[in-house]
Amino acid sequence: MIELRDIHKSFGTNHVLRGVNLSVAKGESLVIIGGSGTGKSIALKCILGLVKPDSGQISVGGSDVNTGDRDTFLARFGMLFQGGALFDSLPVWQNVGFRLLRGALKRPHDEARAIAVEKLRRVGLKPDVADKFPAELSGGMQKRVGLARAICADPDIIFFDEPTTGLDPIMAGVINELIREIVVEMGATAMTITHDMTSVRAIADKVAMLHNGIIQWTGPVTDLDNSGDPYLDQFIHGRADGPIEAVR
Amino acid sequence: MTLTRPIAVLGGNVLHLLAAIGRVVIFAGQTVSHLFRPPYYHREFLQALVQIGWLSLPVVGLTALFTGGALALQIYAGGARFSAEAVVPSIVAIGMVRELGPVLGGLMVAARVASSIAAELGTMKVTEQIDALVTLSTNPMKYLTLPRVLAATLAVPVLVAVGDAIGIFGGYIVGVTRLDFNAAAYLKNTVDFLEFWDIASGLFKGAAFGFLVALMGCYYGMNSGRGAQGVGRATKAAVVSASVLILAANYLLTEVFFSA
Repeated sequence: MIELRDIHKSFGTNHVLRGVNLSVAKGESLVIIGGSGTGKSIALKCILGLVKPDSGQISVGGSDVNTGDRDTFLARFGMLFQGGALFDSLPVWQNVGFRLLRGALKRPHDEARAIAVEKLRRVGLKPDVADKFPAELSGGMQKRVGLARAICADPDIIFFDEPTTGLDPIMAGVINELIREIVVEMGATAMTITHDMTSVRAIADKVAMLHNGIIQWTGPVTDLDNSGDPYLDQFIHGRADGPIEAVR
Repeated sequence: MTLTRPIAVLGGNVLHLLAAIGRVVIFAGQTVSHLFRPPYYHREFLQALVQIGWLSLPVVGLTALFTGGALALQIYAGGARFSAEAVVPSIVAIGMVRELGPVLGGLMVAARVASSIAAELGTMKVTEQIDALVTLSTNPMKYLTLPRVLAATLAVPVLVAVGDAIGIFGGYIVGVTRLDFNAAAYLKNTVDFLEFWDIASGLFKGAAFGFLVALMGCYYGMNSGRGAQGVGRATKAAVVSASVLILAANYLLTEVFFSA
């Protein structure tokens, strides 16, 4: 479904991605883990075309991401951003139904609102939230609204960038559960970036660890605890000692 | 090595400046090109029109009112040196519509609008809202930049026109109440000496200044650095560059319109 082949990306002298190879099967939930600044978000942004890789090839559904109509390509994706990335100037329901109010997927105003309210309900938010503005919501509610926006147009592929960062453990658990339920229910392919090992175990079918610009380890989530990889072991157990330098 | 170093530094700065000018010109070209390529976001355009035009009216109006009044006092005092006090109405009118209306109006809009656009778009950039727009199949240049630039280009000439009228009124109030001009004669002198091109040139300048103000706000906002400091720098750069460009463009346009 999604394939990255030998992806390189540098910012000045900082060589962030040094040949990333990764594949995600249709309907699979892949979680990418790795230390801060290892290029996890950059890898996702390369797939979406938000960042252009220096070299390498990315294909989605067998087609190169640089060919074909860009709007049609992006219509297949939903993304939950780390901070929610909700539009401050729009009420919640217009954030959720953004895609349905303009462009190729445009629907009548009332229908778009009804779909947005239904998606809000799906992520556990009441209809009265629809007319509030993002600044009036708590962090957890903003994440849920971001999640509702990501799934509003029923995408084939959903990206989650640090979905539980900044949330308390209970709200993090709620978001993890929602992500898992929604991905299974929609049959979507999912890629998630997180440091949170609880999220990894709740969301992942497959795990990939990005370290030093390459995929250090990849395998099913069930193999996480007996991988035999010293980098992965150090990361999942949060040890300061090991092959990954604590001071970067 | 030591002798060539200043030349290298100078060359580096010149190249840096040329690259920056090139980036702004490309950004302006991209913005204008979206004017001819749908989709168009009418709601965003109308919101920008209200924000830039309607909400700038008080500050532009007050600036013009006080400037017109001060101009009348200055011309009266200066004109008295060679017994030319009678020219106050015509000079206030011509000065306001040709120069002070568009330039001061443009500068006030630069302070109010370029800063707000740069801060808003810069914040959107650092909070990934602009990336979110792209993932929602929406071109940020079409959705954010074009509505603001178009609204400013259309709204600032209207603001200038209103500012001109208020400025002339400021001169009239001072002329009649403080300088003992006859009210009817003041108005007649104002109207008789104003020509169509005086007004049209000022409005044209207003359109150019509006374009520059919004363009600088959008350019620096969309290219803002990370964090609060990055947004702060973008805001400052937008206001400074818009103000300098207004003054430079004003000189060039005056040369084009009025040089013999």
